[in-house]
Amino acid sequence: MKPSPFAYSAPESLDELLRVLADVGSDGKVLAGGQSLLPILNMRLAAPSHIVDINRLPGLAFVQVDESGVRVGALARHADVERDDEAHRVLPLLRQALRLVAHPVIRNRGTTVGSLAHADPAGEMTAVLALTGGTVELARLGSTRTVGAADFFLAPLESAVQAGELAVSAFFPAFPSRTGTAFVEVARRHGDYAMCGVAAAVTLDADGAVVAARTAYVSVGPTPTVVDLTETVTGRPAATADWGPAAELARASVEPESDIHASADYRSHLTGVLTERALRAAAGAAA
Amino acid sequence: MTAAPEELYEVELQVNGVQRTASVPARRLLSDFLRHDLGLTGTHVGCEHGVCGACTVIVDGRPMRSCLMLAVSARGHEITTVEGLGTPGDMHPVQQAFRECHGLQCGFCTPGFLTTVAAFIEENPSPTEEDAREAVSGNLCRCTGYQNIVKATVRAAEIARERRA
Repeated sequence: MKPSPFAYSAPESLDELLRVLADVGSDGKVLAGGQSLLPILNMRLAAPSHIVDINRLPGLAFVQVDESGVRVGALARHADVERDDEAHRVLPLLRQALRLVAHPVIRNRGTTVGSLAHADPAGEMTAVLALTGGTVELARLGSTRTVGAADFFLAPLESAVQAGELAVSAFFPAFPSRTGTAFVEVARRHGDYAMCGVAAAVTLDADGAVVAARTAYVSVGPTPTVVDLTETVTGRPAATADWGPAAELARASVEPESDIHASADYRSHLTGVLTERALRAAAGAAA
Repeated sequence: MTAAPEELYEVELQVNGVQRTASVPARRLLSDFLRHDLGLTGTHVGCEHGVCGACTVIVDGRPMRSCLMLAVSARGHEITTVEGLGTPGDMHPVQQAFRECHGLQCGFCTPGFLTTVAAFIEENPSPTEEDAREAVSGNLCRCTGYQNIVKATVRAAEIARERRA
């Protein structure tokens, strides 16, 4: 199908864009990569009266990396972030997760910040922002604010971005040294929405014993759930650790729902299995 | 009662090396712009929500879904469609490989595969079979069972290397 008619603007400066967003208010919808928005428009699940295309804005396609983490601009495509070797060095979890975001062709157009603003419960990057404790910078005419991951995802498809605001960039902090990460998921078909996805970060001490173990989940709750599993494995040597109790705690910490793709029971089962798998891989990467 | 006519936007872009212009409503998808406004019907439209990959075109060197882009967003960009890959007498390595390996049957999905793989072998000139599977994972084919498409993808890279040698 085709989108309903809408008014269209493609501002060429951030100032002009924020003015347009202030004018159109809740009738406006920001278009970045459009890989989630265009299907919604094509299927007429939404019919915003004004599309504000940010693709003409200069200077927002950046991936900035320093030792503290990776900052991604609103127009950086998933593929730009995925291919950035410096970003991979500082925060391997980005590439680990991005490889699971839809298909390569979708990642050429879709933006990382856009997928955060979209707040799909199956969106891998929401779990990455949650697990890293990252932030999103929002701008409106005359002011900016920074929202932490814990306050950014409000409900399925609902983020903290308000009418008149643009998500300008997202910051993903690096993990402490001797931290390994992994992202694993199970989907019906490669590239589909996951039925359960787990991002894991395991930190070891100098002797290879576990100091911290945390995970974040997609597709098993309305927003990305972060679970601290440290108490179940702390002090154990990573090489011989039993991750079973961590998997049990993870299962007890999420409340998946049933839908056409998978039952709640199956998603809960996957949560356990994938938690163990992700923690083992993350610990292996930390060693 | 008739609706007010929609506002039109002039969209100028380069398609297969030729500067093209048309005036279209903002909601015109790039796929429909290519087919209806420019008459380039080689780009096929399957699902229109980004799942099937039939409408894939190359935008500034990277394959993208033309059904998930507005034509107005593509203003000023360089597009390559299947028509721009080669001719019957001078086939692109991807086209030659799909023919040699029987990588198509009904041909509906083929333009999307050809554009996707053409861009892929530029980026990865020596793909493994696994790389090839990943590269075409976003394109659906209901005829072939994919075996020959994967073979054709690996073969296309080989032909491109041979031609460069």
